[in-house]
Amino acid sequence: MDTAIKTKDYALAPINSKLSKEGKIDLLRGMLRIRRFEQEALNRYQNAGTMGGFLHLYIGQESVAVGACSLMGDNDHVITAYRCHGHALAVGMSMNECMAELYGKVTGCSKGKGGSMHFFAPDKNFWGGHGIVAGQTPLGLGLAYGIKFKGLKGAALCFLGDGAVNQGCFYESLNLASLFELPVVYIIENNKYSMGTSLERSSVVKDCLAQRGEAFLVDWAQAGGEDIYEVRAAVQTAIERAHNKSKPTILELDTYRYYGHSVADAKHKGGYRSADELETYKRDHDPIQLFKHRLIAEGVLTEEEFEHLSEAAKEEAKASVQFADDSPLPDDASIFEDVYFEVDRQTEAGRTGKHFFHD
Amino acid sequence: MALIEYREALNQAFAEEIERDPNVVLIGEEVAQYDGAYKVTRGLWKKYGDKRVVDTPISEAAFIGMGIGASMLGLRPVMELMFWSFCTVAYDQIVNNAAQVRYMSGGLINCPIVIRGPANGGTNVGATHSHTPESWLANVPGLKVVSAATAYDAKGLMKSAIRDNDPVMFMENTLLYGEKGEVPEEEYLIPLGKADIKKEGKEVTIIAHGRAALTALKAGELLAAEHDVDAEVIDLRSIRPLDEDTIIASVRKTHRVVLVDENKPFCGVSAQIAAMLQEKCFDDLDAPVMRVTSLDAPAIYAPKVEPKQLPRPQDVIAKVLSIR
Repeated sequence: MDTAIKTKDYALAPINSKLSKEGKIDLLRGMLRIRRFEQEALNRYQNAGTMGGFLHLYIGQESVAVGACSLMGDNDHVITAYRCHGHALAVGMSMNECMAELYGKVTGCSKGKGGSMHFFAPDKNFWGGHGIVAGQTPLGLGLAYGIKFKGLKGAALCFLGDGAVNQGCFYESLNLASLFELPVVYIIENNKYSMGTSLERSSVVKDCLAQRGEAFLVDWAQAGGEDIYEVRAAVQTAIERAHNKSKPTILELDTYRYYGHSVADAKHKGGYRSADELETYKRDHDPIQLFKHRLIAEGVLTEEEFEHLSEAAKEEAKASVQFADDSPLPDDASIFEDVYFEVDRQTEAGRTGKHFFHD
Repeated sequence: MALIEYREALNQAFAEEIERDPNVVLIGEEVAQYDGAYKVTRGLWKKYGDKRVVDTPISEAAFIGMGIGASMLGLRPVMELMFWSFCTVAYDQIVNNAAQVRYMSGGLINCPIVIRGPANGGTNVGATHSHTPESWLANVPGLKVVSAATAYDAKGLMKSAIRDNDPVMFMENTLLYGEKGEVPEEEYLIPLGKADIKKEGKEVTIIAHGRAALTALKAGELLAAEHDVDAEVIDLRSIRPLDEDTIIASVRKTHRVVLVDENKPFCGVSAQIAAMLQEKCFDDLDAPVMRVTSLDAPAIYAPKVEPKQLPRPQDVIAKVLSIR
């Protein structure tokens, strides 16, 4: 294990100390499901030719999505960028609908119209899955605006990567969030690399991104992302600020991705980052291993139970591959569905005038 | 019927829809306490308060995106761009989020937003403030684009746009805000996707939208008075969805077409209609489809010159006479 001395045991944070045994196992299961799902997806992407486009894997960062989403109440919402599989599963989407979406099948969460970067489940307060870096940050602001406008006690958790913090619309959003006192929590998942560009090469301040919020009087914090207890404690503080004071937060969580920016990123091993760096992370900072050992030490989990959870997640992932394989493709006519609400519903507005111009 | 300004017609539409639906909120730069840069929202903040009429800082990317996010949760934001030219700053939010979110979510998410403001040249404010982005936006499936020429159309279209469940880009015109027109006292709606025949005629069809429709109408009147030409003038009102039926029926009657468009010519709205006409009305046409558009260069500042860059009645008349 890493030799760094932990100054605080986040298991003692109120949000964690009240966790039941089942609650703790659920967190572990949540992380394992993401990892096994993505390992299976990667396997199919590389070997079967069943998927196209990008596949941005979340493996290594599971504690962030699972920890944060485990805190969501009825009026809390989540939106994220293109590395969205983890958040999707963490809010309760099924592996089947997610795998089928990767396959471009009609049974996918977006009927095969969104792909890897565009998973959505508004019934689970999950608003995507967005492909343009930082493009989701004003949308997260809008979710918070909607929560406040409706008089609800809720928070919009808007995830972004360290690469997104240099986009202008993020700063505009911070100013508005602070000015309008909106309950948005910007969670920077700092995995150190925006594609192949390290933080050292992209940010003038190297050791803290969240403090950029000071310019807008936005409360901010940095926390470790590998310990799911710490993630939960940090996110809970921000959610409470949103709920009780209707104020924004920037929370920067230190994390790491094991795979490339996308699958097509040959330089991530020994290119822009060293193999040693990657191996060190996997060995000493893996969120699943850390939490597994933690739970074993707490007497909540045994090795056998861990293997069982891991195996169950793997089986579920394999079954989702089967489901995706067996599912039909969208038919050609569906290209024109889901473009306009009024056309889909064939309302009077949808039947008035020509909406499509290919013929 | 009351004779009211175009801006007042819009103002009435906002007031009526604010009172009708608690989810309607007006958001934009100077829309509240300043009463609107062009006074379109005059008095609304005073009447409806901070919750329903909201000033923003100059942050188009963030506040347009904020409106889109809020609309996903069921609000009906009516967002003002002080000039539609500023949509360039918010283009990612409009094109990638408002237009695509329904599709990419397989129909799970709606975006019932209106984005509105003036989209015109002719006010000597230089190229950056004189764009006519209706063609840029109509190019994006998922968006709807409308353009109002009169007070009557502005009110009826705006009320429909606010009630529509898809993102509607509403093009107004600073040169028209002070123009008066007759507007009924009782409530009415004008559907999107329905053109208006502003003048009936038999010999040539002149098709336009926005202020160009008034230019076309003026040309039509002069053609009748001075050249004995009986022109039909069609105001598209809605660009996407487009009322192709009205256009085609007119062309089958007149056999000649001149398109008038304050858009630039390359892939402008008129280019789309010209392409459609050669495909669907080839045998009905007795002359080439002609266009009068903005002159194809950035908007010039020079106040004495800029009016010549936009379609004028005499330009339309000359083009009509060339195919007579």
